[in-house]
Amino acid sequence: MTTSLELLLGGLSIGSVYALIALGFVVIFKATEVVNFAHASLLLAGGYVTAVLHDDIGFWPALLVGIAGAASVGAAIEFFVMRRYRGSDHSVLAIVTIGVDILLITELTRRMGTDVLALGDPWGNEVVSIGGVTLAQTRIAAFLAAGLLITVFLLAFRYTSWGVSMRAAAENPQTAALMGIKLGRVSLAAWAVAGALAAVAALFLTVFPTPGLERATSLAALKAFPAAILGGLDSTTGALAGGLIVGVTESFATGYQSDLSFLGRGIGDLAPYLVMVAVLLIRPAGLFGTKELARV
Amino acid sequence: MSDTAEAAPAAPAGPAPGPTRAQGVTERLRRPRTYAVLAGSLLLLALPFYLDRFWLQAGLFAMAAAIGAIGLNMLTGATGQLSMGHAFFLAVGAYGYCVLAGESSTENGHTLTGLGLPTWLAAVLAVLLAGAAGGLFSPIAGRLRGAYLGIATLALIFIGQHVLFNAGSLTGGYNGRAVPPLSLFGFTFDDTELVVAAVPFGSSEKLWYAGLAALLLSALFARGVLRGRPGRAMNAIRDHRIAAGVMGVPVARYRAGVFVLSSMYAGLAGVLLALVFQRTVPEYFGMILSLEYLAMIVIGGLGSVAGAVIGAAFVSLLPQVFTHYSDSLPLVSAPGTGGLAPGEASRYLYGAAVVAVVLFLPGGLARLGLARTKKPKAPKKPGLPKQPAAPMQPAAPKNPGEKS
Repeated sequence: MTTSLELLLGGLSIGSVYALIALGFVVIFKATEVVNFAHASLLLAGGYVTAVLHDDIGFWPALLVGIAGAASVGAAIEFFVMRRYRGSDHSVLAIVTIGVDILLITELTRRMGTDVLALGDPWGNEVVSIGGVTLAQTRIAAFLAAGLLITVFLLAFRYTSWGVSMRAAAENPQTAALMGIKLGRVSLAAWAVAGALAAVAALFLTVFPTPGLERATSLAALKAFPAAILGGLDSTTGALAGGLIVGVTESFATGYQSDLSFLGRGIGDLAPYLVMVAVLLIRPAGLFGTKELARV
Repeated sequence: MSDTAEAAPAAPAGPAPGPTRAQGVTERLRRPRTYAVLAGSLLLLALPFYLDRFWLQAGLFAMAAAIGAIGLNMLTGATGQLSMGHAFFLAVGAYGYCVLAGESSTENGHTLTGLGLPTWLAAVLAVLLAGAAGGLFSPIAGRLRGAYLGIATLALIFIGQHVLFNAGSLTGGYNGRAVPPLSLFGFTFDDTELVVAAVPFGSSEKLWYAGLAALLLSALFARGVLRGRPGRAMNAIRDHRIAAGVMGVPVARYRAGVFVLSSMYAGLAGVLLALVFQRTVPEYFGMILSLEYLAMIVIGGLGSVAGAVIGAAFVSLLPQVFTHYSDSLPLVSAPGTGGLAPGEASRYLYGAAVVAVVLFLPGGLARLGLARTKKPKAPKKPGLPKQPAAPMQPAAPKNPGEKS
């Protein structure tokens, strides 16, 4: 019983981190209708900056620089690449992000080599026990930080003028432009926000119990894609729900791996994708996504 | 991105206004293109007599990639459905061939299952198997569009990797399994030496011709599909899904059908790759391979057979060129010496090429030749001169959701 509770809490915590990544992904999609395949490399970029700097300037400043760095990489992608595309086919733009992803990932993995970089977080490998349930401090920090960021983001999305212009642009770009909303600025902001969220997520993906920032971190970041799509690509609620579902499924599949041994080793890494396929079979638009037919 | 400009002149295919057969032949004899094609094919046929094994393997590798890329281009380029799962279907083809054609044996501690079918039959069945795997995914492939499908097909890569590493009795696990050589009508494509015109023919030389034949057939078939009725329907789905549906194109069935067809192409490419490598290893069929195939079709040109072939040659030959000439190229050095490894160098190059081609050369490398012969008409149409977000765009759809 305590094992499953531990697994559930651990899953919720890692799921909230996935939700953070998926949220950035959904924000870009809503603002610009571009599916950003370079998201994992944005995350890796943020994590890398933090990992390199934390020895010299301390953890918190390094984290801030990492967040700013990932945000500016995102903004740079928007400004130098996305904005230059003159066609109207958004699938093609998705392919461009794949090109960007190839470039960024190659550069970052070349710099990292086979090293495992520590991010110098203050939590270390300490654990907290509450009523027999043992949880790593990092997991609690991840859950709190992700929850806080998501709340702040959703409130801003709802109530600030920035959020209103963002939603207007997502609803109808032509009308929004006529209303005086600068679409370029909106999509630039979307990319920057997504980069910043990804950098925070990078921190929590690489802290204890995971060894640190390495090449495989981008694979972990990829799990936010099934999270985003099973929730529905155009829904922020969906991103949250999807992230939590993916996190919990993964946690349980890994935790009960020995009972699932007939499925082979490493089923935990596969679980998010299996859930995504199962959901898509029943609801092609995702759990909270706008149905395709309704968008005509 | 539309091919309408290219397709329009070819449209009147009716018997009445078309030129007679004899006229067509003389017309063709006058065009320089005919001679270029002729010289090109003669060169390709003669190459095994002059090149060493390294370059022949590289060439074979490019041919296999070209077959796979043609399939992906029908799906992504012509129908607008993104797929990241191409590597999975390549793996199905490659491993399917190994399992069907191989004998049961013990290798590296694994007991390998093999059906021991005749190899040509195994090759055909492996292609069909890849098609069946695509068919199993069709409930999703038929209903999702564009980039949505791209993410959904990510699942295939991970499922594929999981199965390849875990189903040891079929795939040989981490170490992979040996590929039985193809034999056709009693002629075996293996390393038993055969001397043709004083040149010893090993497996690469023999496979070269098999690869050329396979590439030619698949290119011709794809061209037939793309230029005919199905091709028009596919382009219609890409350009406007709802309009296509209204005109009577069964959108979901077409999407699923093209997905199956493209996975069969991938299966054939997988079989050829397996024959060239002579050993299949699971690591190869990962995410990077899928990205490479997408890079190929974008660089070459979306939606055309020639584009896929050009892109495949570009992306798959680049690392080989870098590897071979790493001593004499600046910046590039042999792996492990601290400089830019050839694989990395080529990844930078094609990553940048993908971005550059989409931004500055819509239509890809295949358009370069076409733009010159077709005068200003062709290049103007595909790249819409207006910003997509321009407020007063008359043709803009009313609803924001309908963009694809």
